[in-house]
Amino acid sequence: MTNIQTVGVAGAGTMGAGIAIVAARAGFRTVIFDTRQEALDKAKEQTSAFLKKSEERGKLPQGGAAAAMKKWAGTTKLEDLAQCDLVIEAIFEDLTVKHQLFSKLNKVCPEKTIFASNTSTISITEIAGGSGRADRFVGMHFCLPAQLMKLIEMSPGMNTSSATFATAWKFAEAMGQKPVATQDTPGFILNYFLIPFNNDAIRLVEQGVAEPQDIDLAIKTALGYPMGPLELLDLVGMDTQKLLCEAMHGVTQEPRAACPPLVRRMIAANRLGKKTGVGFHTYGNTKMFGA
Amino acid sequence: MSYEIINTGESRSFPKQHAFLESSTNNANGLVYLGADAGKAFSAGLAHSQRSFIAIELGTECLGSHTGESRGLEGSNVIGFARFRLGDSAPSQLIELVRQPGTSAPALNAAKAAFEAAGLVVVVCNDFPGRIVDRLIRPYFNAALRRLDEKLASADDLDKTLCLGLGYPEGPISLLERTGLAHHYRVSRDLHDALGQEPYAPARRARVAAEREQVS
Repeated sequence: MTNIQTVGVAGAGTMGAGIAIVAARAGFRTVIFDTRQEALDKAKEQTSAFLKKSEERGKLPQGGAAAAMKKWAGTTKLEDLAQCDLVIEAIFEDLTVKHQLFSKLNKVCPEKTIFASNTSTISITEIAGGSGRADRFVGMHFCLPAQLMKLIEMSPGMNTSSATFATAWKFAEAMGQKPVATQDTPGFILNYFLIPFNNDAIRLVEQGVAEPQDIDLAIKTALGYPMGPLELLDLVGMDTQKLLCEAMHGVTQEPRAACPPLVRRMIAANRLGKKTGVGFHTYGNTKMFGA
Repeated sequence: MSYEIINTGESRSFPKQHAFLESSTNNANGLVYLGADAGKAFSAGLAHSQRSFIAIELGTECLGSHTGESRGLEGSNVIGFARFRLGDSAPSQLIELVRQPGTSAPALNAAKAAFEAAGLVVVVCNDFPGRIVDRLIRPYFNAALRRLDEKLASADDLDKTLCLGLGYPEGPISLLERTGLAHHYRVSRDLHDALGQEPYAPARRARVAAEREQVS
């Protein structure tokens, strides 16, 4: 059982929208915040489409999509998160910006509200240090696409209380997710391995070892992976990969984590991946994964 | 596409009967050197230029080790190939075809057609150490083994996270234990020698497994 009833999600990008789907679908009242009304409109449209498709495919019972949408609310006012028992931050990977957000949230939210970050690379302890409530702060890293993937990497910061971690863990389970405990180290488990692996695949393209379609087909056939690394990068987006690399390389200085030059050139050419229709592969639409 | 197979020793690609082996015919246009000494047998062979294609089974070496290289213009009707296989596990369905800069397109297409006719999945890569799959997975495997030593998480949690998070059918620790850490050591060592890059240096656990294999 969980004592969490109302969930806030800060950031209506791909990750934030996906996390909000998970929470609303599980029956939690969900308030998603973004300063950009257009981002909220897009998230609402994609969420509705995704839930309807889930219902059509039998993944949700009849009426499940409408019930989940009733639990979902978007807002451009940070004050609307004051009602939340737990707020999950899902904005871009910049420690200063995250500190600014949590500093404001700390003034808006009551003492009982637990703060969580969906960061994939930045130290939970460092983010919590600027939140004003480091003892009630936890890392909850969802996987892309959050609405389809069950894993949550749960990381306590150095000052996270055991009660906070236990509450967040129960909440993750109540959403139907599968939490795994990780240490507060750069990239936790998943991105520690994934970011360099994907960079290695990009470098194979840069060095002319093989074409993207051959690299993806080789990895899927040899290892049974559901997606090739370059297909996955197209879904993540080159702009996000660059930020991930900068965050992780900045902390670890590991050469494999450094952003390959090809990523910067692809960003300049607006070849961001699925979201712009062209990345390592070309796409017919830019719809949210699974919708 | 007809081809003739010359067996030169134990083949990692085709250790058991397979449709590709069964389709071999005498006096065919294509020629396949199969087995551990495929490269040596190719070097001793004659009348290669009259073949529609010649395929040499590769280990961790480059195709150029057998065909030679010159000014980045090398290439002929000779293709390298390897069927991807992790350690002691059964070979996968993947054939990595290796070409050189001047490899003839008809020869490449003929080799590709021959493997695909046997139900295999074919990808093409240029002549670099590790081709595609080994080049990508060996640093990942080494990093997983190192992080296990550094207690990032338990072996089970490492595997579980990567399976749940990325949909991998098996985590790296379980996969390496099942297929052979010593084999990973040997491939990784060869790539480290060829590429000179630290991520390919075999992880401690792989080295220990190889040493233990030598002792027993």
